[in-house]
Amino acid sequence: MFDFLDSPQYDLLGAFWVTVQLTLYSAVGSLIWGTLLAGMRVSPVPLMRAFGTAYVNLVRNTPLTIVVVSCSLVLNQTLGFALGGETFKDIGFRMAVLGLVAYTGTFVCEALRSGINTVPVGQAEAARALGLSFFQVLTLIVLPQAFRSVVAPLANVLIALTKNTTVAAAIGVAEAALLMKEMVENEADALFAVFGVFALGFVLLTLPTGLLLGWVAKRVAVKR
Amino acid sequence: MQFRKTSAALAAVLTLSIGATACGSGGDTASGSDKITIGIKFDQPGLGLRTTDGKYTGFDVDVATYVAKELGYSADKIEWKQAPSAERENLIRNGDVKFVVASYTINDKRKAVVDFAGPYFLAHQDLLVRADDDSIKKAEDLNSKKLCSVTGSTSAQNVKEKLAPKADLLQQGGYSECLTGLENKGVDALTTDDSILAGYAAQKEHQGKFKLAGLKLSDEPYGIGLKKGDKELRDKINAAIEKMKSDGSWDKFVEKNFGPANYKNEPAPQITEK
Repeated sequence: MFDFLDSPQYDLLGAFWVTVQLTLYSAVGSLIWGTLLAGMRVSPVPLMRAFGTAYVNLVRNTPLTIVVVSCSLVLNQTLGFALGGETFKDIGFRMAVLGLVAYTGTFVCEALRSGINTVPVGQAEAARALGLSFFQVLTLIVLPQAFRSVVAPLANVLIALTKNTTVAAAIGVAEAALLMKEMVENEADALFAVFGVFALGFVLLTLPTGLLLGWVAKRVAVKR
Repeated sequence: MQFRKTSAALAAVLTLSIGATACGSGGDTASGSDKITIGIKFDQPGLGLRTTDGKYTGFDVDVATYVAKELGYSADKIEWKQAPSAERENLIRNGDVKFVVASYTINDKRKAVVDFAGPYFLAHQDLLVRADDDSIKKAEDLNSKKLCSVTGSTSAQNVKEKLAPKADLLQQGGYSECLTGLENKGVDALTTDDSILAGYAAQKEHQGKFKLAGLKLSDEPYGIGLKKGDKELRDKINAAIEKMKSDGSWDKFVEKNFGPANYKNEPAPQITEK
């Protein structure tokens, strides 16, 4: 039943390692990009607000598969961008991270904006009264408090991101979902066992993440 | 063993979800009605394609129609069901389809869970290149080339493990995505079964742009998949295939579907699955 796991042909851990790498790079990228977007959406400059709103609503409502496949088909195959990658292996990985960051950033932005709304208006007003600029108010006063209240929603975004990395298989990044496709192609007599192994792998990745960040969220939340 | 229980539960969930999300019209299955349900590909021009106006064309479709006729079902009694590569075994096992004609290569792993009739066609892994490109003469030439295939497919694995381990391989979700790159010189060649490649090359919008390299990189005998142990049906289908070969229908179907691509197909193979 599970004898395919012993075959040297399949590098199960290697594939899941690529999944982990995709998740980590995309998580860092989307945290930065999402914070920038959130800053734009609450800024006093109308043009920035308009861009942030338009971008978030457009990308958030586009299926991730389209975003990632477009990165590969349009940017790389048609326009010839390679993001500094030499082989398709590198290019695919970078394109996948780009697509995931572009997409996940919108969810990070919206989670953060809800966090900003939990900070009492008095805080920002007091900071303004002290003579701080908008940028200082945002980075020194509002965002630190906002971040502390949105650890739990951000954990949800991170878990969704972990599972979303499987979309990278569509552009040939050798992560877990791609290995599963290969196994399904070869191991016609053990389809459910193959599926079970990969489902379990993802549970092992997401469950500890959820538990750990849930505990962190309780620890750092601002008691008001 | 706890893990087996988990996987059994997961299996149940998966079966349910596949059942719930299966595309196309559900309706009655092959059993107990005057209709027959056959699994084909919907997205492979030349083999099995659902056209925009809802018709079905291709070599596999013609073969399936012929076999169904021999079994006593006229063309209007056939219900076509999409059989993506990964789902073919389950469709057969669950009885969703009577048989599957979907570029289904006969191999031992598959024979463990389904039975085959045939083969009715012998394909080979080959390359599709731009019409003006003559630089690929043998498999070793691929090591310096950019190659495209479909994610996880046998052809892709063959390239990685045997044919050209050094080749730069791009895996895409479908062959159409590969053609985008081939046209724009993002990749140098697209690899899969020559029958599938011929179908793409023969499409109106691609005629004259691409050609087959004509390398026989592997043997892919296509069989008709059916429920394991249904010997009666297998014998009937085999008889239908024999008749199709002897009355000239087989040649007619090949000419009709692969003709425009200058595809030198193999003569009809001998039936081995009895």
